[in-house]
Amino acid sequence: MIDVKNLSKSFGDNLVLDHIDQHIYPGEKVVVIGPSGSGKSTFLRCLNLLEIPTAGTITFDGVEVTDPKADIDKIRQQMGMVFQHFNLFPNMTIRKNITLAPVQTKLMSQAEADDTATTLLKRVGLTEKADAYPAQLSGGQKQRIAIVRALAMKPKLMLFDEPTSALDPEMVGEVLEVMKELAVGGMTMVVVTHEMGFAREVGSRVLFMDEGHVMEEGKPEDIFSRPQNPRLQEFLSKVLH
Amino acid sequence: MGLAQTYELWRELMLQGDASWWQEFFVRFYQAFLENNRWQQYLEGVGTTLLVTAMALILGVVLGVVVAMVRTAHDQQRPGQRNFLLGVINFICKVYVTVIRGTPMMVQILIMGLVIFASSRNFTMVGTLTLGINSGAYVAEIIRGGLMSLDPGQMEAGRSLGLNYLDTMRFIVIPQAFKAILPALGNEFIILLKDTSMISVIGGQELIYFARNILNRTFDAMFPLVGSACIYLVLVLIFTWLQGKLERRLRQSDRR
Ligand SMILES: Nc1ncnc2c1ncn2[C@@H]1O[C@H](COP(=O)(O)OP(=O)(O)O)[C@@H](O)[C@H]1O
Ligand SMILES: [Mg+2]
Repeated sequence: MIDVKNLSKSFGDNLVLDHIDQHIYPGEKVVVIGPSGSGKSTFLRCLNLLEIPTAGTITFDGVEVTDPKADIDKIRQQMGMVFQHFNLFPNMTIRKNITLAPVQTKLMSQAEADDTATTLLKRVGLTEKADAYPAQLSGGQKQRIAIVRALAMKPKLMLFDEPTSALDPEMVGEVLEVMKELAVGGMTMVVVTHEMGFAREVGSRVLFMDEGHVMEEGKPEDIFSRPQNPRLQEFLSKVLH
Repeated sequence: MGLAQTYELWRELMLQGDASWWQEFFVRFYQAFLENNRWQQYLEGVGTTLLVTAMALILGVVLGVVVAMVRTAHDQQRPGQRNFLLGVINFICKVYVTVIRGTPMMVQILIMGLVIFASSRNFTMVGTLTLGINSGAYVAEIIRGGLMSLDPGQMEAGRSLGLNYLDTMRFIVIPQAFKAILPALGNEFIILLKDTSMISVIGGQELIYFARNILNRTFDAMFPLVGSACIYLVLVLIFTWLQGKLERRLRQSDRR
């Protein structure tokens, strides 16, 4: 579904991604782990071109994303993204947050978008918040809305950048629950997270990134039970105590 | 007995030095505002003041938006991919903002009126132009600050949903930036309204111009000037009230 070839990205002299090759298949749940500053966010943000790669190509569903002539808005419409800090639009109600993009991109009429919003809100148990503003919601509620907002575009792929890292511990579960349901529903997902339990349970493949490289990858049981790379062993011993 | 007759009577008393303080107050008030229908001149002055403010505001906002857009676009360029032409325009914008903010308004008005447009007879227009150019520099900095203060995650969230740059600006960035800068913009508007009084030094015919004409006739400075001050104060209070109403409406989304 996504083919990454030779992807490099530097900020000034700082080489953050170093010749990454990856292929993500439809229905896969790829979990990216690694120490802070290893380039996980940058990798994710290159996939939907929030960061412009310095070198390499990314192909999504046969369309070359990195081609300067590519219609990046069209491509992004099919890739949802969920951010660490939710990034809900504070000037709009929850319903408007959800329906803005589908309506403005002419994916749906306002009525269709409203129906979609209602259905999705019901799925995450936040129906009664439709007319609230983001400031009135808890962190966990905001993140569930952010997921719903991305889903309203009916994306083929969802990118998550540490979706639970900014949450109070008691709210992490409700967000992971929504993500698990999404995974069970067959969505293709790329998730950067420090929630090793989630990686183990939901991931179909785990990538361990360090210093701009994918140092090790494999099935969760292999990564967590039989880590090969010393850096990965060290990382896991830190995060799993 | 009509007002005019009372005035004549008490003025005689005053000239003889026999008038009480409130009789003198009436005489001077009458001279400043009622004699020869002078109130019409104040009214005309207020009209010009408001018109000059409105035109200067429009010019200032247009200039401010353009300059803010140039400077923001320039600063948001990726390092190593700088556009030369944009660099030149950005430099001009920077010089403009620096010169305007670095020199007194009064000096700018005098230079515009007596040097650059020395041959023009349309003093009010020249004054308006100066005010607009001056205001543009301040508005540009206000807008730039507003755009810079906004979390870049807002733009990213909009774009990641597949909205294009303009739609993201229109629905997400600009409404939030506008709300953030409204107090500063209102403040700038009030400053502009009061600064219109300065264009009278090059013959711009706003409120203070007429007030000074009247004081030259009646040889009484207090009533025309204090009266004008009251008029400015009332105008400012009205606009402050309107601004407060608008801000309260925009704050709707902050309710918790
Ligand atoms: N916009 C940017 N400008 C400059 N350097 C950046 C930028 N974004 C990230 N970096 C740098 O890239 C490196 C990797 O960052 P990131 O991808 O956010 O790591 P991670 O998500 O794994 O913590 C870090 O050293 C960071 O300082
Ligand atoms: Mg990160």
